[in-house]
Amino acid sequence: MSFGPRPWQQTNWDWRAAGNFMLGGTGAGLMIGLALAQNQSAYPVILAALLVAGGLGTVWLEIGRKLRAIHVFFNPQTSWMTRESFAAMLFFIFSSIEIFFHSTAALGAAALAALAFVYCQARILRGAKGIPAWRAPQVVALIVTTSLAEGTGLLMLMNLEVLAVSLFIAAVIARAIAWSGYRAALKQPASRAALESAGKALIQIGTIAPLALVLGAYFVPQAALLAGIAAILTGWWFKYVLVTRAAFNQGFSLEHLPAR
Amino acid sequence: MIADLRRCVGCQTCTAACKHTNATPPEVQWRRVLDMEVGQYPDVKRVFVPVGCMHCAEPPCMHVCPSTATRKRADGIVTIDYDLCIGCSYCAVACPYQARYKTDVAEFAYGKAMPSEAIRHDEKRLGVATKCTFCSDRVDAGLEKGLKPGVDHEATPACVNSCIAQALHFGDIEDPQSNVSQLLAENRHFRMHEELGTEPGFYYLWDKKEVAA
Repeated sequence: MSFGPRPWQQTNWDWRAAGNFMLGGTGAGLMIGLALAQNQSAYPVILAALLVAGGLGTVWLEIGRKLRAIHVFFNPQTSWMTRESFAAMLFFIFSSIEIFFHSTAALGAAALAALAFVYCQARILRGAKGIPAWRAPQVVALIVTTSLAEGTGLLMLMNLEVLAVSLFIAAVIARAIAWSGYRAALKQPASRAALESAGKALIQIGTIAPLALVLGAYFVPQAALLAGIAAILTGWWFKYVLVTRAAFNQGFSLEHLPAR
Repeated sequence: MIADLRRCVGCQTCTAACKHTNATPPEVQWRRVLDMEVGQYPDVKRVFVPVGCMHCAEPPCMHVCPSTATRKRADGIVTIDYDLCIGCSYCAVACPYQARYKTDVAEFAYGKAMPSEAIRHDEKRLGVATKCTFCSDRVDAGLEKGLKPGVDHEATPACVNSCIAQALHFGDIEDPQSNVSQLLAENRHFRMHEELGTEPGFYYLWDKKEVAA
């Protein structure tokens, strides 16, 4: 039984926190895509690092005590936020080695760190017990696949090769499946309503349209650029809505009313 | 801590006592009382529900905290170290009881700090997470004097001391002879959102236990 005040949208995390999931997710996805495509160009690696750094920069703007940010490293035992910070550190170290020494091993290590980074991001949401839309186990697959779809979309924008296109196709399909599983598990009406339009956009503009455009790229290569942009923007919009508009708490509930 | 839902009259004295004791800024209520209306006319009930930090045995706020600012003491009280906290608010979204607050800039009841507010203003509390401490300073000071929390006022949280209806109780649940253990033994009770596995340290009494004939 629930008699409490209706759930309301959390206000602790706003666009600045969402920015980390958006930019950081895309940067990590791009690095993973680069490793899978064996693309060792310096500029895409720099872009991936800048995106992840940008995401961490936006979330840094949100914290109340900015000069103490180093304390984020203090709890690797249980905090996914700490683990995300360590993954980010490794990501920057290996990215730098790749940029300066063009090492295949460093590229692979950076991609693994990127995967760990985006997994930690997903687990950060999963660990937020106060928000039913975040704590659903299916959010992990959704956040990871969204990152991959955005990253491979960006990779395709920079490098229109068959392997990049194939990775992109696989990623957007995986993202659509993950969204479908997540949506089925999402019980809270307010969160479902808030995510409905972003979810539709994810499927229609972020999946179906890009797949059609990729097919069209066989005739007009520039169509693939639109496909990548659509996948990135719908992923960003979805994560923005998930963090800032669909994050309702569960209110208060009483198992029993007082006997009088 | 125990709240007897049959006794609470929603007077908010505990809320006021908490604010007075802990000098919390406007909009911040470490102890508050929800006024719930249940049912539909003509079958409507009104229930007053004290809420705040539940001092969980498995506090999600502590597990997610990246700075180890949130900790649990041996006696079960969940605390925040204001010198360690970075104000990331992860604990606030992890708490299923909406018990945590973050105030980024100093706020006062009338805009400008009144003399009493100026004296008690604590810069350490700005930009960090804050919440109910079960008046741990008061409990510790009382224990040092050999007093018993929940029995002696000087060792008991302000909200419990102030309750006009004796709806709030505080004590050691691990002591079977304590006031709270006795109340739980004699009454039917529940904890909020238990399904989340947080094992709250805050119990709600709702009915007398039936005595076997």
